Amino acid sequence: MKYMLLLYRDESRFTRTDNDMSAPYIAYTQALIGAGVLAGGDRLQPVETASTVRQVNGETTVLDGPYADSKEQLGGFFIIDVPDLDSALQWAARCPGATQGSVEVRPLWMMPKPA
Amino acid sequence: MEPASLPPAAVAHVARASYGKLVAYLSARTRDVAKAEDALAQAFLEALNRWPKSGVPESPEAWLLTVARRQLVDHNRRVLTAERGRDHLLLLAEELDDKPRDIPDERLSLMFACAHPAIDVRMRAPLILQTVLGFDAATIAQAFLVSPTTMSQRLVRAKAKIKDAGIPFRIPDRDELPERLDAVLAAVYAAFSAGWADPLGVDVQRKGLADEAIWLARLIVELLPKEPEALGLLALLLHLDARRLARRDEAGHFVPLMEQDPARWQAPLIEEADGLLREASRHYCIGRYQLEAAIQSAHAIRRRTGRADWTALERLYDRLFDLTHSPVVALNRAVVIAELRGAPAGLAALDAIAEDKRLADYQPYWAARAELKARLSDKAAANDAYLRAIGLESDPAVRNFLEERRRRALS
Repeated sequence: MKYMLLLYRDESRFTRTDNDMSAPYIAYTQALIGAGVLAGGDRLQPVETASTVRQVNGETTVLDGPYADSKEQLGGFFIIDVPDLDSALQWAARCPGATQGSVEVRPLWMMPKPA
Repeated sequence: MEPASLPPAAVAHVARASYGKLVAYLSARTRDVAKAEDALAQAFLEALNRWPKSGVPESPEAWLLTVARRQLVDHNRRVLTAERGRDHLLLLAEELDDKPRDIPDERLSLMFACAHPAIDVRMRAPLILQTVLGFDAATIAQAFLVSPTTMSQRLVRAKAKIKDAGIPFRIPDRDELPERLDAVLAAVYAAFSAGWADPLGVDVQRKGLADEAIWLARLIVELLPKEPEALGLLALLLHLDARRLARRDEAGHFVPLMEQDPARWQAPLIEEADGLLREASRHYCIGRYQLEAAIQSAHAIRRRTGRADWTALERLYDRLFDLTHSPVVALNRAVVIAELRGAPAGLAALDAIAEDKRLADYQPYWAARAELKARLSDKAAANDAYLRAIGLESDPAVRNFLEERRRRALS
């Protein structure tokens, strides 16, 4: 089953050129690849680069900033393909993001295969 | 004594000592663990209400049992009219009385039911923690890294299975005892390991779990004093527990076994463990837990001789591997070989198990591999293996330790 790990953290606590941060992520990614469970993932630019688009009554609005203003922001994600939720939670616990903030674990919606 | 201030503590004390005993006694008769737990929870609630006013009864256990039984009888009267229900009612009512008396200890039977082969192996330890020790689902979920909802659903399902599949509450016969006992011991060991991940005991609930597992192991030894493997498990847990504090230095950094200061190990626990192991050996029936305890003992000897008994360790791991064929045992054996005959020999032993898929996400395998590659100055391979190990570790202190090693290997 595929799960998305959504990494949230308080951006103000990390400087943008924080290289210390990338070493554990490199290790984590290597471990995911090595175990054959990595199905995708990336790091996001800081939240002030975000724009939010919405269409209401045919009118499109573009807002500066993220969809939700919260204390912790989405900073990156991984998609993993593992047997079950227990295994997904174990990988989430290993993620450096779990120490820096929180990791939300969500199963992907499986599209029915075309007949 | 002031009765008014006494009860909550008294209730807590009785809860700790009697909870499992009462659940075991009640559910052994009805085979309905969930209902027994509910009835008991009601009884404890009533104790909290009543004891402050009336004082703690002479036999709190008998008092709680009586109240819990009334709950069960009332419940059955309400919902059950079937033949089975009436029998059930009769059985419970016959035994209803308030007199203090010895409540037979059937916790072991309860543990055998919880660790029955028909119960999902992952659920055996959680079930024992809940039924014998009264842990709530959320705490257990935390320790086993499962979501609280999932854990409580699984507990409910496992209890339903005990009832519906007719899993017996009894101590197995002589001929099937060793195998069945092994499942009980494995569950207790799993509970200990879940608590062990928190060496500093920062997380109170988890530290409690390691202590509770030792308490369970003691209980099993008390109830089955002649079972060498039960003695072996207790010896193993005590050896590991003796090193709990030595696994971190003052600054909170992780300290691996080989670098621990033996003066920080708790000598009384080591001595007790070795005594238990000697006693187990008198039965001339070796098993997994005795071997694992003997392995820890061969490490503990460093506190007297300054060096672990590597020769004994190799022999012990050989026997353990013959018994279990576990890749984890093979890995530890490779580390011992490296110690005795050098890094190339150790690496050869690691290569022999490298194909095993179960090791792909097993941190200690990659850490051991990295360590040996670093010793042979193979920087690139050491770096790769350290990264794998770091990526697989969830404890930040161990992650930092491995990162430190990685840097050292690259310099």
